[in-house]
Amino acid sequence: MPTSATFRVWRGDRTSGEFKDYSTPVSEGMVVLDAIHQIQAEQANDLAVRWNCKAGKCGSCSAEVNGHPKLMCMTRLNQLDLSAAVTVEPMRSFPPVRDLVTDVSWNFQVKKTIRRFKPRPPEADGTWRMFQSDVERVQEFRKCIECFLCQDVCHVLREHHMFDQFAGPRHLVYAAALEMHPLDTDDRVRDLKKDRGIGYCNITKCCTNVCPEDIAITDNAIIPLKERVVDRLYDPVAKLLRMVRGGAHDV
Amino acid sequence: MPDYHTHEHDVLVVGAGGAGLRAAIEASAGGASVGLVCKSLLGKAHTVMAEGGIAAALANVDDRDNWKVHFADTMRGGQYVNNWRMAELHAREAPDRVRELEAWGAMFDRTTDGRILQRQFGGHRYPRLVHVGDRTGLEMIRTLQDHGIHQGIDVHMECTITRLLKDGDRCVGAFAYERERGRFKVFRARAVVLATGGVGRAFKITSNSWEYTGDGHALAYDAGAELTDMEFVQFHPTGMIWPPSVRGILVTEAVRGDGGVLKNNQGRRFMFDDIPPNYRSQTAENEEEGWRYTQGDKNARRPPELLTRDHVSRCIVREIKQGRGSPHGGVFLDIAWIKERLPNAAEHIKKKLPSMYQQFKQLADIDITREPMEVGPTTHYIMGGVRVDADTQMSSVPGLFAAGECAAGINGANRLGGNSLSDLLVFGKRAGEFAATFARQQSGAAIDSRQLDDAARQAVEPFERSTQGEGPYQVQYALQEMMQELVGIVRNEAEMRRALDGLARLRERASRVGVGGHREYNPGWHAALDLHNLLTVSEAITHSAIERKESRGGHFREDYPDKDPAFGTVNVVVRKERDGRMAVSRTPIPEMPLELKKIIEEMK
Ligand SMILES: Cc1cc2nc3c(=O)[nH]c(=O)nc-3n(C[C@H](O)[C@H](O)[C@H](O)COP(=O)(O)OP(=O)(O)OC[C@H]3O[C@@H](n4cnc5c(N)ncnc54)[C@H](O)[C@@H]3O)c2cc1C
Ligand code: SF4
Ligand code: SF4
Ligand code: FES
Repeated sequence: MPTSATFRVWRGDRTSGEFKDYSTPVSEGMVVLDAIHQIQAEQANDLAVRWNCKAGKCGSCSAEVNGHPKLMCMTRLNQLDLSAAVTVEPMRSFPPVRDLVTDVSWNFQVKKTIRRFKPRPPEADGTWRMFQSDVERVQEFRKCIECFLCQDVCHVLREHHMFDQFAGPRHLVYAAALEMHPLDTDDRVRDLKKDRGIGYCNITKCCTNVCPEDIAITDNAIIPLKERVVDRLYDPVAKLLRMVRGGAHDV
Repeated sequence: MPDYHTHEHDVLVVGAGGAGLRAAIEASAGGASVGLVCKSLLGKAHTVMAEGGIAAALANVDDRDNWKVHFADTMRGGQYVNNWRMAELHAREAPDRVRELEAWGAMFDRTTDGRILQRQFGGHRYPRLVHVGDRTGLEMIRTLQDHGIHQGIDVHMECTITRLLKDGDRCVGAFAYERERGRFKVFRARAVVLATGGVGRAFKITSNSWEYTGDGHALAYDAGAELTDMEFVQFHPTGMIWPPSVRGILVTEAVRGDGGVLKNNQGRRFMFDDIPPNYRSQTAENEEEGWRYTQGDKNARRPPELLTRDHVSRCIVREIKQGRGSPHGGVFLDIAWIKERLPNAAEHIKKKLPSMYQQFKQLADIDITREPMEVGPTTHYIMGGVRVDADTQMSSVPGLFAAGECAAGINGANRLGGNSLSDLLVFGKRAGEFAATFARQQSGAAIDSRQLDDAARQAVEPFERSTQGEGPYQVQYALQEMMQELVGIVRNEAEMRRALDGLARLRERASRVGVGGHREYNPGWHAALDLHNLLTVSEAITHSAIERKESRGGHFREDYPDKDPAFGTVNVVVRKERDGRMAVSRTPIPEMPLELKKIIEEMK
């Protein structure tokens, strides 16, 4: 490992910006966020960056490192080619605020529009029984740290800017967690098609590839939801069956 | 007030971790209009990082458990200087608070009969920690967040409170800047709940994030509220130590709860060498018994690795100091060894400790299913905080409430693992409920504009000095370095006196710090403003630690290495005098009711 490296960091505001090069000492074990902090402490006190846990648990430090959507705190320098400058720029799908910080408020708004959890009544002792095998599938979705890297990379948002029509992979994961929750009684399938635009996803799996929590977003969340949409909204037989059986949990 | 954007709420909650969210939900359910302010985005507060679990005597795994045992464990862990009423309420109410989370969508790991699973943790007599693998905090904060966003709460993200506003004695609001644009905001409220978390950033090696600058502690202190137990800082025994950039990041106690053992460089399980008398009857006789305990054998007693955190930390320091440490100055924590006992150990470890596995793999190139980890103590939690009424969580300032890590009382001299997340739920709820009730009884308040102008003027001072002044980070690093060195795990009077002198000099330096750039999302500016809080809590910790001339729980003095019964009946309290001095006093702990005393006797 060299003793110093150059980081080409995006410095800018809402309207414009440019890359600036900073050279800083590097040592064993360092991650990109460490380098950014070092630059901030020694050369650019006002360099804007979000972070909290420095351990991949909070999903604050999302950025594009050499063009790849990454958590800066989990990107080791020894995985990068330090012979050239390492570019660090904000997530490009969201409006810039300053430097590495973007306006992700859209995500919080979308989440609010998804119907909340609605459990069935508890058992006589006031609690619920659920088995590990039943909860595991949903636990995978609940690992999401809301880093929004999947949103950043999804072409429906990134290239086609369909923020009004499409909730994005993160919120499909969220909806899947609710839909597949063994206790939930609400039904979000119609909304998913009509208002959340699940149909726009053409299962390219780009989201899955960047998820730092290794959630199989496409295979385990989106495809099963798409199947429900198809069953429910296009298949009258399945629909009738469901009405007879009651509840929304067929899969 | 034309110059400031003003918001009006019945209840203003400062902090959106577990305590703040729970308080906001409760206040709102009680009919109050609620504002919730946090420094980061929603869902990123420290609570998200909690790993091991939530302590609650559900008795799902061992039916001998009940609130009384939990109460006695908490008091024993806190070395009996806890606020016993808080310890009682906490133990009684935690089970309901956990079940409530399930009603809001939380999905905890399950027992084979479909109930909430509970795991072993240090200082808890029975398996008590409700958990989801090692990401319990994420489950908790997400559940509260996803429930809270539908409650009509006004959330102000990336907004930092710099001062509490008063009308006479009463707290009636707060002054803030928002990060994004750097504009000032004024919050008018009939009651304010502080839920700002801890102070770990006052030390060099810590598991805490940038947010932990003791804001709530300092805000309350400056507003005239009392702080108590500030000498009790928890140094968690197992933080990462290598590579240097990850130093301090937490390695959950669940590693030991699931069978991990501590060894020195001679391969010895040194924790068997020093078991405190009051825990001897509860501790395993030998390695075999300890292993059986971690595997759920109800007749086995816990291994000494699961003794309280203060004790384990000191044992580790001893091993290192006496030359039996690991290559990078820690000791070994080994979970890989369980492959001698379990057929599919590697899979088992990955399942039980997924984020620990990832953390070491990605950050340290260590596969914990094959090799031991290197660990050492890290500053983790502060037992001390705002002194509050046990039932209502109101501080000594009317209208000012506190809950969660920034409040004191429940933990006494040392917190048991898992007792924080449950504390957030129990006392977050109580604070929200009573703040709403208090707010209903208040009439409008007057905020004189001088308070606001003063707060605004102070906030922009660092810009006036611009970059001619010293940078904020250099002062912050010097402070962290000094506190770690002089007021850390092992303390003595002479060093702490030096620390006080050092703090005075740092205060002087902080008053000359300058920042460049403008007010929009400028971390240098934020760091400059945080310095006052860090200095205030550091002073409070040091003064309180000098005052307690004994060793107890998280507070260890080499010049007074033993417990002194005289100090077992008092809490140390600090308060701001009119002239700005920090007044330190000892306040007697009220007599415990007979029935609680009996419980403690029975559980001895
Ligand atoms: C790595 C780690 C693991 C842990 N594991 C466990 C565990 O397994 N079990 C357990 O019981 N405990 C655990 N703890 C301890 C526990 O997580 C914390 O004590 C607890 O989460 C604190 O919660 P809180 O609600 O008091 O504060 P936090 O969750 O820290 O929230 C503080 C909030 O206050 C806001 N805030 C602070 N200052 C200001 C200001 N000036 N203006 C506006 N907003 C402000 C912050 O932005 C944040 O939203 C762990 C701690 C760490 C660090
Ligand atoms: S799989 Fe769907 S949601 Fe994921 S990136 Fe591709 S289009 Fe977007
Ligand atoms: S699903 Fe994965 S990539 Fe998307 S926000 Fe959640 S953790 Fe991040
Ligand atoms: S800082 Fe929390 S995920 Fe990177």
